[in-house]
Amino acid sequence: MRLINRHPGRVAATLLGLAPFLLIIVLYGMASKERLAENPNDKLLPGLEQMVAGVDRMAFQEDRRSGDYLMWIDTAASLERLAIGMVIAAALALLVGIINGTLPLARANLSPLVSALSMIPPLAILPILFIVFGLGELSKVMLIVIGTAPIMMRDVAQRVRELPQEQFIKIQTLGASSWQLVTRMVLPQVLPRLIDSVRLSLGPAWLFLIAAEAISATEGLGYRIFLLRRYMAMDVILPYVIWITLLAIVIDQCLRFGNRRLFPWYNAGGH
Amino acid sequence: MKLSNLIKHTGAVLGTCVLLAGASTGAVAEERKSFSLAWTIYVGWMPWQYAEDSGIMKKWADKYDIDVDIVQVNDYIESINQYTAGQFDGVVATSMDALSIPAASGVDSTALIVGDYSNGNDGLVSKDAKTIKALKGTTVHLVELSVSHYLLVRALDSVGLEERDISVVNISDADLVSAFQTDDVRSVATWNPLLSEIVAFPEATKLFDSSQIAGHIKDLAIVNTQTLEENPELGKALVGAWYETMAIISADDKAGQEARAVLGQSSGTDREGYEAQLAATRMFYKPAAAVEFINSDTAREALDSVRQFSFEKGLLGQGAMSPDFVGIEFPDGSVMGDKGNVNLRFNDSFMKMAADDKL
Repeated sequence: MRLINRHPGRVAATLLGLAPFLLIIVLYGMASKERLAENPNDKLLPGLEQMVAGVDRMAFQEDRRSGDYLMWIDTAASLERLAIGMVIAAALALLVGIINGTLPLARANLSPLVSALSMIPPLAILPILFIVFGLGELSKVMLIVIGTAPIMMRDVAQRVRELPQEQFIKIQTLGASSWQLVTRMVLPQVLPRLIDSVRLSLGPAWLFLIAAEAISATEGLGYRIFLLRRYMAMDVILPYVIWITLLAIVIDQCLRFGNRRLFPWYNAGGH
Repeated sequence: MKLSNLIKHTGAVLGTCVLLAGASTGAVAEERKSFSLAWTIYVGWMPWQYAEDSGIMKKWADKYDIDVDIVQVNDYIESINQYTAGQFDGVVATSMDALSIPAASGVDSTALIVGDYSNGNDGLVSKDAKTIKALKGTTVHLVELSVSHYLLVRALDSVGLEERDISVVNISDADLVSAFQTDDVRSVATWNPLLSEIVAFPEATKLFDSSQIAGHIKDLAIVNTQTLEENPELGKALVGAWYETMAIISADDKAGQEARAVLGQSSGTDREGYEAQLAATRMFYKPAAAVEFINSDTAREALDSVRQFSFEKGLLGQGAMSPDFVGIEFPDGSVMGDKGNVNLRFNDSFMKMAADDKL
């Protein structure tokens, strides 16, 4: 039997999938133990115990100074910024994407601008962004929007244009107006694609969120990581990174699940 | 490289992504020939660039038959973190950061050179407030947990206010100057060269600066104590090169002016700008002056104040139950804090050798 035709069973596949994670944990554990044996105060690779203590301190004990549970405050602040940013970006993407995809006149006018905007790396023009939007919450949300919206706009427009030409003609012969064409034909097919697009943009969105929080903030997951970096408190930074990863996975899966439930026709083709 | 070391370094890459795989030799201390010192842009540390570019460093390294690499790092905190992780044998840092990062992480470090202390280079500036008292209830933007934070607390303390009387917003130093141009930001605490740009704003008033806490924010060149003990030539070469450079930088002749112009340009200003910053810095051009300062009561009191602040802010780490957690050793052998956990040592023997012309 050729190697390319050999498939793992269900159990074997799970084990094979888990193995790299276990390997990383074991490697990390050995490295950490080694460093801690040499220097018990080492902060670079804290052991499990120190990380558990770090989480306990951040999440379940009141902060000495403010009396807050810092990890929850940080999480709430970051998720709020992320959610607002992504909702605005998705709404803009849907609007501009559909206009660009369906109306040739608008496309001629708008599409080159969107393409050009999507090429600007937002982090390069940060100083301008926050002189325009100030240093408050607005600038952090705007960084996420500017970073993710243009690419999603292009994606949505592309999806609209990929819809079969036959559908466009058919709905017109049935007497639909341009508005009906958008609401009855384009929207139901593009909405689930938009959610997929949001899922793909979540990675960059987190990146922009953390970058924004590094610049100026009083709470947030990215803020805490950058603050603690000042004295290498890896016992808190590493759990925070794992926590961010977990949050990202949960959000991604929720969107996937929601997409299936809301738009069963989209997944019928075996996506 | 031993297998255990390989694992250690591989793990470090996985864990933090701050180490470059395989490039690390810093943690393995043996008889060695080549060393590295990291520095970042700041008026008191620019001379390292001159020492490197002019060949002075190479001259002194050759004299002791070693190689010394002077590496400029973009990000100040990152350079100290890399030193702590073992990527560099030495780094330049303020006494507060030397205490809260390598020393609190258990990396035994020796302050080889006490280069200067800030004498106006760090300041508190406001657009609205004309006195420190007027800051009550307002917001101050600064790099949290940095020497600016320390300066702010000292400034508030001087008029009987506390940090809780104001709100503090963290901002990265790279964005501080442009942030000051926005309406949201009314007051900042920062250091030079940023400070001089901010003070130049028409509405800005300087409320407090480091000349009012002279000696508290001091700048050091620290090296790994074990590396230094095993390779004293490293200490001799660094100190020798530093004071030869100091003599040139401080001279009023043509060579000195040219050196200051070059360093001014590299730090984003010109000769006049650099000289203005030098004026706000108490540079120890002569080794004897540094030795005298570090043995003074002022230096000791300042360090005590800095370590109390570091403990209150949690900078000494989880294991620290009191400011005494990290022991600080002075040149006379006396220890401030835990004698069993001495991780920051002020050693004046190399500076003394320089003062006595015995290098």
